[in-house]
Amino acid sequence: MSEELYKQMAQSIIEGEKEIAIELAQKSIELNMHPLDTITKGFVVGVNYIGDQFGLGEAFLPELVMAGEAMKAAVAVLEPELLKLGEAREVMGRVVLATVEGDIHEIGKTLVGTMLSASGFEVTDLGVDQPAEKIIGKAIEIDAQLIGMSALLTTTMIRQREVIEELDKEGLRPRIKVMVGGAPITKDWAEKIKADGTSEDAVGAVQLAKRLLGKE
Amino acid sequence: MQPKLILLTEDIIERILDEAYQLLLKPGVKVNNDEARELLASAGAQVDAETNVVHIPEQIVRKALESVPREFYLYDYDGNPVVKYGGDAVHFDPGSSGIAMLNPETLEHDTTESQHLLKLIKVAEQLPQYDAQSTAVVCHDVPQQIQDSYRLYLALLYSKKPIVTGAFTNKTVAEMIDMLAILAGGHDAAREKPRAIFDVCPAPPLIWSNFASGNLIALARAGIPAEIVSVPLAGAAAPVTLLGAVTQHTAECLAGITIHQLAKAGSPIVWGGAACIFDMKKGATPMGAVETAMLDCSYAQVAKSLNMPTHTYLGATDSKLVDAQAGLESGITAMIGALSGINMISGSGMLDFLSCHSAEKLVIDAEGIAMAKRMIAGVQLHTETLATGFYDDNINFKGGDFLKQRITMQLFRKEQHLPSNVIDRDSMRNWKEAGSLDTFARAKVIVDKLLASYSKPTLDEAKEKALHAFMLVLAQQAGMDALPALENVDKETSTHVNM
Repeated sequence: MSEELYKQMAQSIIEGEKEIAIELAQKSIELNMHPLDTITKGFVVGVNYIGDQFGLGEAFLPELVMAGEAMKAAVAVLEPELLKLGEAREVMGRVVLATVEGDIHEIGKTLVGTMLSASGFEVTDLGVDQPAEKIIGKAIEIDAQLIGMSALLTTTMIRQREVIEELDKEGLRPRIKVMVGGAPITKDWAEKIKADGTSEDAVGAVQLAKRLLGKE
Repeated sequence: MQPKLILLTEDIIERILDEAYQLLLKPGVKVNNDEARELLASAGAQVDAETNVVHIPEQIVRKALESVPREFYLYDYDGNPVVKYGGDAVHFDPGSSGIAMLNPETLEHDTTESQHLLKLIKVAEQLPQYDAQSTAVVCHDVPQQIQDSYRLYLALLYSKKPIVTGAFTNKTVAEMIDMLAILAGGHDAAREKPRAIFDVCPAPPLIWSNFASGNLIALARAGIPAEIVSVPLAGAAAPVTLLGAVTQHTAECLAGITIHQLAKAGSPIVWGGAACIFDMKKGATPMGAVETAMLDCSYAQVAKSLNMPTHTYLGATDSKLVDAQAGLESGITAMIGALSGINMISGSGMLDFLSCHSAEKLVIDAEGIAMAKRMIAGVQLHTETLATGFYDDNINFKGGDFLKQRITMQLFRKEQHLPSNVIDRDSMRNWKEAGSLDTFARAKVIVDKLLASYSKPTLDEAKEKALHAFMLVLAQQAGMDALPALENVDKETSTHVNM
């Protein structure tokens, strides 16, 4: 019975069917299935599958994003149940995401946020045009282990360096790790500004985040 | 007859406009600029003070559309009208704002500095296919605060052609307008015969940022032409359907025109963009995709239904090298742009999603442009009879008969575009003897020739000095002691820096 349900759960994520994923999550509660099992044996299997398919070039961004959204919705249903049991899904890490000040591009950053959430990270996405103090302030407030910064413009990518320098000044590193991304961002740039890493795409960003937080 | 590519029926254009007007009301447009919101509010738009979303009624937009000039020209340094914005005139200029340049020897994408921009200007100056220059790359050897004004300064100094440019801040747009006024001989003169046009970009979906709105207002009041570069990314920052994305593009343009005309009715503004699909595998914005060109052709048709001057971004490639992909994407999209009758088509020379420039590619693209321009010149009637007049008593049924006719000599240049040496039509043996060069290698040879044959235009000495002094002050305010030393040709120029 539960095996069949797990399969349906994975399938709902693979197909990006948010409503079905929510229904299945509710059904699992009615059936008294353990919410952690529901997540790890059901929904996560779907997210992993679609991530792998994306890596192979078989799945595309809309499928990836819809899967991530469905995953978030399902987990949102199950989290209160976990709390009732006095348990929590293992949080991979708390992440603050933002596009730096002066830059209003957010497609890439939002994709990274979706994929991180789907992979078990707790993501606070501050949005675009965020000054250093806001990013750092939020990271302190939620005790984040990781900051992810996006910049699409060469004129704004220098802001990434400012945030890192400010973090260093306040002695917040290496406690808080920093990953940077965006079209003009190269490995050289990431090294130059002493970021902890960069990735070319959202799936790679999840792997990077896991590696930086020792969750591989 | 200028051949035209038509993608939309009149019915569909009507529906696009109708839905664009609906979008302007609901959800409305986010206008993050106080003055722009005030202008819209006092015209009767409803403003949500908390979200900065403005709901713009159709009649305000229609009124703005009435006051927009249907055509205007950009002028060269000598005051000749060179670029016509309006109707189905077609012009090309190199792409703008690259951050890298292909090194023809190492094939690396080098970070751009003054020398790179100078090289591109010199090459484009001598290629007649480019009716205008662009401020093609960012010069990273000057501080960020002057990177926009400095690019314009170099273009004004090293070219006589009209210039497609853009400002990075609201402060610099005023400075750049001052620079134009210095060379024109005053702000009135700069307005009467505009030398440059400024790109202004709304942010998809349906956002006019503080900076972009501010630029629109400043340009309108100065009477210097503005060019809206709306960039719907179909499937990410705009609807995935081409028609949906074109409708959003229409709404963004209409909102921009309204702000602009409310600031100063009658100021010149262009319906333009860098519309593009969103690549669902790489999350990229492919400029070489055929759907990208279809979006542009479509929005140009919408613009033309309103009698608006037009601009687009085509003739570029996403390839990292000047290779077969670069050739086919640039050539095909340039052809589509020309067949769409778009007034200014920016993008030539560019690789890698508009981030990297190449002088060699400019040379090759010039041939694609020449083909496109030949295409839209159409099949012409040159003679009284179509053919019978060519067959006189001297015809002896031999292959070379027509080579001997005077009319062949008179007309072949009109009928045929004569390509540069970048196009190979040599015999196999000659091609081998010439070194078996491929397109890129042949383009390198031509770039070297153009750099050698370039001579800096002679400008009015007093104006040039004034421009120099103006730029030097900006540079000093930005923390530089002097402007970057440019190469030896400019000994004369460099001395001004020390004045």
